[in-house]
Amino acid sequence: MRFEVIIAEWSTLAAGFATTIWICALSGALSLLLALPVAALLMVRRAVIVWPVRAMVDGLRAIPFLMLVFLGYYCLPVLGLKFSSWTCGLVSLTIYNTAYFGEILRGAWAHLPREQEDAGRAFGFYGFALTRRIILPQIFISAGPVLGNQIITLIKNSAFLMVITIPELTFAANEVQAIYFTPLETLIVAVLLYWLLCSAVEGIVRVMDRVAVVRGHE
Amino acid sequence: MISWTLAVELARGTLTTMVISLAGIAAGMLIGLALALLRTARLPVLTQAIAIYISMIRATPVVTLALLVFFGLPAVGLAIGPFAAGILTLTINTSVFQAEIWRAQLNDFPRGQREAAYAAGMTDLLAFRRIIFPQVWRAALPALVNEMTLLLKGSPAVAVIGVVDLTRVAVRMSSVTYEPVKPFLLATLIYIVIVLALIAAQRTIESTLVRRYGIL
Repeated sequence: MRFEVIIAEWSTLAAGFATTIWICALSGALSLLLALPVAALLMVRRAVIVWPVRAMVDGLRAIPFLMLVFLGYYCLPVLGLKFSSWTCGLVSLTIYNTAYFGEILRGAWAHLPREQEDAGRAFGFYGFALTRRIILPQIFISAGPVLGNQIITLIKNSAFLMVITIPELTFAANEVQAIYFTPLETLIVAVLLYWLLCSAVEGIVRVMDRVAVVRGHE
Repeated sequence: MISWTLAVELARGTLTTMVISLAGIAAGMLIGLALALLRTARLPVLTQAIAIYISMIRATPVVTLALLVFFGLPAVGLAIGPFAAGILTLTINTSVFQAEIWRAQLNDFPRGQREAAYAAGMTDLLAFRRIIFPQVWRAALPALVNEMTLLLKGSPAVAVIGVVDLTRVAVRMSSVTYEPVKPFLLATLIYIVIVLALIAAQRTIESTLVRRYGIL
């Protein structure tokens, strides 16, 4: 075991870890914003609107993330749309995650008791204020833990971005191991860093879970 | 038009993807059940060790695991080819998720039934085989099928270590023909069909069980 390589190449691994964190944070935040309109569209009672959105969401949830990355990376340039690997990685990660977030939010929305909305209306809330003050906070509280678990999936999917040369944690670890031929040491360190990150998210999920139970959501 | 070469290559890639996924699922199911039983057995040290192992592997991306298996094992003197490394990766990955599924179901299993089995003179093994397992696997079925679709969606990770699965066939065909749209769209479509088929199979099994036994 040559763990001195880890110390010597720590800056590469740390930079990779930082890239993983910010790309996941950014894509997670963006997909949360995009998931709201998606969930709203899925709740519409008009088949003409629901059907295409439903097909998109289910289709995305049925394909491997790497296929979506490749579709963007190899196929879009043929149509004259050429993006950098960063744009391609961030956009595909966001689109893929939006499908899952959208479905999670729709589920929480559908399970929100009808009375909540009625009570809100009785107190004079309507339109955007009703959505913002009564519906959304409750959806986020009840969906919080599930969204958190999806963030963990997002973090693990981000490792696929190494294939299109995004220097995230797995790419960095693979580079270091290939140069020094220390696959075991380097990749175990990468695994430990992923574990650390996911455990942190899991900790937040547990807190959100408690909040949800206290607020009466199962 | 789809050329013959493309069709044949895609079929081969599909077969490879299905073989490694099935092998991973089958091996992962046995190992996952064993892990769950060991963890619920409340043995000191071992229970904690398994809990840490499961937590760590659950947090590891499949690609990272694939690289660790493929490059790490030869480094400690265990020669392994990409195909075997691919199956091993998927097995390690899915077994911890399946362990969690089995554990949840074993924990939910009514205590009274277990005690009734012992009262009727059954041994641990017999009670597990005749009373616990037949009920537990039915309850675990939806979660297991969900895990299978997750495994299938993670399986392109083996393309990274050189297994010519459906994803790698698409990459290869697009670089050979300089025509990426067709192979990638077709491969995507095939993944969708396999996932939908899995979900349909689960619904069929579920409704058959409901019809035959009245309960799931």
